[in-house]
Order: sequence, then C-alpha cells, then structure tokens
Amino acid sequence: MWKLLKIELFKIFRRPRTYIAFAAIAAIIFLIQLAFYSDGEAFLQFGMQSLKETFDINGKILSGYMVCFIILQTLLIHVPLLIALVAGDTIAGEANMGTLRLLVTKPISRSQFMWTKFTATVIYTLLLLIFMAVLSLVVSIAVFGTSDLIIMKSDMVVILDNGDILWRYFAAFGFAAVAMITVASLAFLLSVFAENSIGPIVATMSIVILFTILTTMDIPLFNALKPFLFTNHMLNWKGFFEDPVNYKEVFKSLFVLVGHIIVFVFLAIVFSKKKDILS
Amino acid sequence: MSTLKTYDLTWVKGSDFLYFIKHTLAIFVCKNCMPAIINVQNLSKQFGDIKAVNDLSFAVEKGEIYGFLGQNGAGKSTTIRMLLTLIAPTEGKIEILGMDLRKHRKEILTQTGAIIEKPDLYKYLTAMENLRLFAAMSGVKIQDKKYAEQLELVGLKERMHSKVKTFSQGMKQRLGLAIALIHDPQLIILDEPTNGLDPQGIADVRNLILHLSRDLGKTIFVSSHLLSEIEQIADSMLIIDKGKKMAEGKVSSLFDPADTIVELQTTNSTAAIKIIQQSQWKNALRENSNELIFLNIHRKEIPLLAKDLVSHDIGILSLYARHSLEDYFLTLTTSNRHVETFKN
Repeated sequence: MWKLLKIELFKIFRRPRTYIAFAAIAAIIFLIQLAFYSDGEAFLQFGMQSLKETFDINGKILSGYMVCFIILQTLLIHVPLLIALVAGDTIAGEANMGTLRLLVTKPISRSQFMWTKFTATVIYTLLLLIFMAVLSLVVSIAVFGTSDLIIMKSDMVVILDNGDILWRYFAAFGFAAVAMITVASLAFLLSVFAENSIGPIVATMSIVILFTILTTMDIPLFNALKPFLFTNHMLNWKGFFEDPVNYKEVFKSLFVLVGHIIVFVFLAIVFSKKKDILS
Repeated sequence: MSTLKTYDLTWVKGSDFLYFIKHTLAIFVCKNCMPAIINVQNLSKQFGDIKAVNDLSFAVEKGEIYGFLGQNGAGKSTTIRMLLTLIAPTEGKIEILGMDLRKHRKEILTQTGAIIEKPDLYKYLTAMENLRLFAAMSGVKIQDKKYAEQLELVGLKERMHSKVKTFSQGMKQRLGLAIALIHDPQLIILDEPTNGLDPQGIADVRNLILHLSRDLGKTIFVSSHLLSEIEQIADSMLIIDKGKKMAEGKVSSLFDPADTIVELQTTNSTAAIKIIQQSQWKNALRENSNELIFLNIHRKEIPLLAKDLVSHDIGILSLYARHSLEDYFLTLTTSNRHVETFKN
C-alpha cells in the first residue's frame, strides 16, 4: 500500500496542474495580506463604525488572527473548486490519458487501487490546507502580530482573548480538512463514472453550489433537507470561534461530514469494482 | 480443427491442489501435449443488445506465439480486456497459467505483461520514470540495471530521460513493450502491437516477439487485423468475426499449400479455360470474371500449370497465388455481411 501511495503522490506532484491550487491560494492570501498591510486599519475602522458608536474599543484590532479569520471566511468557500480540480481527475484523468487500463492490469485489487487513489487525494487536500494555514496564519502573525480577536456577527460580537485563539485555529483547520475531504470524496466518486476529468469537476462544483443555495435559502420546503446537506455543515469551523464553543453542534456537523465521506468512498469502490474499463 | 490444443480433464473440479493434480495427470497421460497457458471456455460478453464476444473457446500452449486475428470491431480487444480483467465476462471461464482468473487474478497478472491497444503513458514523465512506475506496480522485485537494459532492448536507451510527450507513436509503442516485459512475465498479451509503427518499427517488433518466444520461451498472445502479420510470426492462430470463432489451428495447417487460390490472366482466357478443363486441373476451376481465371490447386502445381498453358501458346499476363484463408479473411474485412464459418 505504501509503495502504491508513493507512486500516486509522485504522479500527483509531478503534474503541473497540481500546483495551480497552491499558486492560487498563495496569490489570494498574499493579495489580502497586502491589502490589509496598506489599508487594513482604515478598513477595520469603517467596518466597526456602528460598533464604536455603542462601545469604546481600545487596543490593537488589526492582528494576524483577524487577517487569518477574514482569509478563511473568503477562501474556504472557493477551496472546494481547487480540491475538485485534483480529486475529480483522480480516476477520470487516468481514463482520459488511457493509463487506467494499464494500471488495472497490474496485480493490484481494484479496492486497493481505489484506496490508494483516495488516500493520495486526502494527502493532497491536507497539504493544501496546511499550506493555506501556514500562509494565512503563520505569515499573518509574523506580519501583523497578535492581539485579542473581535468577531462581529449579525446579532452579537465575540471577543476572544489573545491566549485563547491559537488552538481554535488548529481546530478550525482540522474541521475544514474534514469538510474539504468531503468535497474531495464526492469528486472522487463522480470521477469513477467519467472518462474525462472536466465532467466530475463541473459536477462536483454544481452539486456544491446547488446545495449551498439550498442551505442559504430560508424556504420551509428546503429546511427539512438542510440537516442532510453536507454544505450546511461545511462552514461550521466557525463554531470554534464562539464563546463558549457549542461542541454538540460542531461534532454533529463533523459526524455528518464523516458520514458523507464514508458513503462516497464506499460507493466509489463498489462502482469501480463492477465497472468495465473501456477507455 | 485438426490440432489437439488441450486435454479434456474437466471432470476434475475443485481446489488449487486438484488443479495441480489435474495438470500433473495431464502431462503424464499425454506426453506430447503441452499444458495450456490460456484456456478460454465459452466466453461471452454482452454490452446491452450487442454481443461483442459470443461463446468463444480457445487454448494457447506454453511457449507458442498465438495470433488472434479479426477485423476492427470483431471482438479482439474485448476478449483481451477480459483476459486482463478489465472487463468482466457475461459468461464463460478463463484459466491462465492453470489458474482460474477470477480466483487468482493477482498471481496471474504478476506473470503477465500486456499492451492494450495503443500504450498510453504519463506524458509529463520521462521514459525511465514511466518504466519504473509501472514496474513498481508489477509485484516483482526488479534490479536497477534491468531498467536501462530493457530500454536498450526496445531502442530507447538514448531517450530514457526524455519526457514521453516528446515521443512519436512508435516510440510510445516501444516503451509500452518495455513496460510489458520489465517484470519478466511468462505470458505476454499484445493487442495490435504494430499499430502506428513504420515498416522498420513493425519489423523490429516482429523480431522482438520472435526472440521472446524462440529464445526466452515466453508465451505470446498477439492480436492483429492483418493476416500477413500473424502469418509471419504465429505458431497458431484464431480468426474471430462478430465475436465468434471462425477458424483456429496451427498456422502450418491453416496455410496448407494444397489450398492455394491462383488468379490467372492470360492472352486468351477462353482457350485457357478449355485447356484447363481438359487437364488434371479440371475440378480445380472456380468462378471466372473479367478475363480472370480462378483455380484452387496445390502451390507446387503452379509451375506445371504455367508450363502447360505456355506449351499451348497461351501467354500469361499475370499469375497471383494466395492461400484460400487470405481470400476468406479478405471477405471478412471488406464486407459486413455474415460469413459462413471457415472450414479448415
């Protein structure tokens, strides 16, 4: 399994396409950091105008924690697209290149083959998030320093103590990893049925967009569906930035996401075992 | 079919141990029979309403080059994909190296090398990287020096560090062969291995196949849509059309010189036919058209026929001899109408 995994990772990281996601994330994070470095104070003053009318706020507001929170809010909606680019290509890309038929004639069971492919996809997803964490958190802290974190919600303001923040980011990135693996496993499942990676990538994003719309629309018909839509749970990494943290809600979301991953991967393996390789 | 391809011991059923006993018994009972490396029984594959392979049975002996011939769409690739577990058969049984393919897939594929249609490889990797990558998946430990040797064998040593995207189709085909052979398999399955090659490349592949079989004792199952390709290298062959077996046997017996078709054009066809009708070849005459005379005779009789005609002042404008199997195969490849099963 380890040997096969090394081969898969070798293939993934030798493809130029793999680095598109890393480059895109680096570019977006750099631009946001640059914007905050030049005009961050003015932006925050403007953003907190209504709050300042009621409260007297002293001390440093613009910190690495604040910048990282804003980056995460912006990026974690778009990262699924970047994940789908690689995950959707996992099987369909091999079929498209014609290498799938050669791989399947090797003395490796289809389950083993699929597990290796999925594990490699998970590793890629995790590396992408670690890369994102390093750039958005570590670099932001290095540039902007640390302070208490003020999070404004529609109906409340959460103020987190400087010493009580870092662990929340680790937890949030861990949660985001599970959310992104859910998207990756969906793309992976769809990849089994296609012989061209465009199909599963577009289909994954369409599903994510459709489910997100259903999640955000407050229509009674869709409300019954919401608890079962993975998109409804994907952004619950924000739960770690509440005080106190509602662990019940966070773990419920985590459970739903892990359930989706298990179902998607199980179906991918079952369908791949029955599939005739005609590419 | 004139050739006994395998021994029938189907009464022996059960475990691998019984398989071993079966083969030991077979060798003991039939000293002249070689154990079948591939034994396919009543294989069928249905895609919706289309029966791509229809009740196909054949056996490939150890060490032989077995030609699998058919026009495009005849069911060759589907059969090969079933032999390599890419496609699940709808019906039938496949035994390779004396083992059931469904039960012993891993063991069988460890001993099998293959090219399926055109070898598509990772274009962004070099030849050496592709070779190492697929070799690592073959389940066999391979010495480092073997990689360069293998690339040298297929004439790609100089380009081993070039990316595959810079390769011609012929070079990819040769690299595909290197990948198929790197783990020293007993059985090599090649689906149209000369596709896309220039004449020199075709000759090289042909010589390599012959070397692998004659010098290294490998069993080679090679498909083609060109009769001449198979005729030149194969020991046995099978012709398939619309998924059905049309002919099978040793190439030497299928290409029996006694079954040669002569296409003759003379200066006076009416006189020539009259002379033939009064000669020993009167029963060999077949249909004639457009001044062409067709005879079915033994190849060695051709000079006598020519001499006889010339002695009667009949000039020979052209004389083209081909085996009746070629005629039959030509019919398959040039028309889509149903063809009666060829009788050897």
